[in-house]
Amino acid sequence: MSLDWFRVAAPQAFFPVAGKLIPWFSALAAAFAATGLYVGFFVAPTDHQQGESYRIIFIHVPAAWMSMFLYLVMAGWAGFGLALNTRLSGMMASALAPTGAMFTFIALWTGALWGKPTWGTWWVWDARLTSELILLFLYLGFIALKGAIPDSQRADRAGAILALVGVVNIPIIYFSVQWWSTLHQGASVSLTRAPSMAATMLAAMILMALAAWMYSIAVSFARLRAIILERERDAAWAQMQRSAA
Amino acid sequence: MLRAFGFLVRRDLRIALRRKGDALNVLVFFAIVASLFPLGVGAEPNQLRAIAAGVVWVAALLAAMLSLPRLFAADLADGTLEQLLVSPQPLPLVVAAKIAAHWLLTGLPLALVAPLLGLQYDLPAAALAILLASLLIGTPVLSLLGAAGAALTLGARGAGALLGLLVLPFYVPVLVFGAGAVSATLTGLNPSAHLSLLGAFLAVSSLVGPWAACAALRVALD
Repeated sequence: MSLDWFRVAAPQAFFPVAGKLIPWFSALAAAFAATGLYVGFFVAPTDHQQGESYRIIFIHVPAAWMSMFLYLVMAGWAGFGLALNTRLSGMMASALAPTGAMFTFIALWTGALWGKPTWGTWWVWDARLTSELILLFLYLGFIALKGAIPDSQRADRAGAILALVGVVNIPIIYFSVQWWSTLHQGASVSLTRAPSMAATMLAAMILMALAAWMYSIAVSFARLRAIILERERDAAWAQMQRSAA
Repeated sequence: MLRAFGFLVRRDLRIALRRKGDALNVLVFFAIVASLFPLGVGAEPNQLRAIAAGVVWVAALLAAMLSLPRLFAADLADGTLEQLLVSPQPLPLVVAAKIAAHWLLTGLPLALVAPLLGLQYDLPAAALAILLASLLIGTPVLSLLGAAGAALTLGARGAGALLGLLVLPFYVPVLVFGAGAVSATLTGLNPSAHLSLLGAFLAVSSLVGPWAACAALRVALD
């Protein structure tokens, strides 16, 4: 079976494809999340140092992974759209941004919830925490910039430039913050000397990461469909969609 | 090409000198922000010395950010920007000239005033010199990256607050190493590593900043 990718790249053609794919990805997300949570909460052993509170990593680590991965995907689509002038790419970047921001926020918030019983504090100015916080600001800046430019094509291209500059800067920001925290704090709490992990813990974490991944695809396709309909509202096919719904 | 560059810089400087208030306001803002901190955290000399570099640098970031909308907005309003875009001179040259003028009008005065503020914070002479040096290397980065932000927000709604959201996260490395250089001097360490890194940021941002600003200007004036 060969798929004509260029045809699907048109918003009008991708709209029904996304509609058909959403239930599949949603089902996968639910299945992965159910098994991941089961393994995480009932199979994985209790940590002998941290007790039960460590189990928040089954949410925290996948969220942190997705927050960084989604920024790269978003910047990739945005750059693709800027280079090839494809309309769908910019819409895809817009659709990914809120999900990425949400995962960044979840990663920060669950990190704080985990830090309180484990480190005894909600927040430390650790390099990872600080750069995750800055990543949240980058997402919010991207969303705010897109929202502030009335013309959607211009908003896509401006957002793409911002996302690309962000990708160049993320490693710089990460390393500068890392050097800063090693300069400023002697005995900082380190996330890196985590004890070696039981296989079931790792399995639960990977299952949850897959669930987060599938969820991101499903929810950004749903958002993409809304964006397509909004932007194409004057096109005949979109109006037929509306009268059919 | 160099003549065009010089002409554009002189033009921006001349316009700014005819409205001295704009450039002076940024300086006064810088001084006020830096003077507010002792009132807020208390005037204990040891504490002041410890926070001095961070406060001066944060104030410099905010002041630089405040001055960014001026970079392109007036030229957009009176149509000059469109003329510059269609002129035979390469756009990166035009943008580089505007960035240079912006730095001469904000970054350079900020850096020159900063040692005075450092005196208020009881910084020793060696630290004052490093503060000046770090600002001289670091403030061009603020203008370079800020130009991209200013160009992106041209014609956007609520551009002022948006500009802060876009630009300030990118200023973090400059803040870290600019303030770090001064703190290192205070604790008796050699600040040259910090200053070298600031120089590296200057090199990277002089590539990224004008490129992004040119691309953004083309988008804004599409």
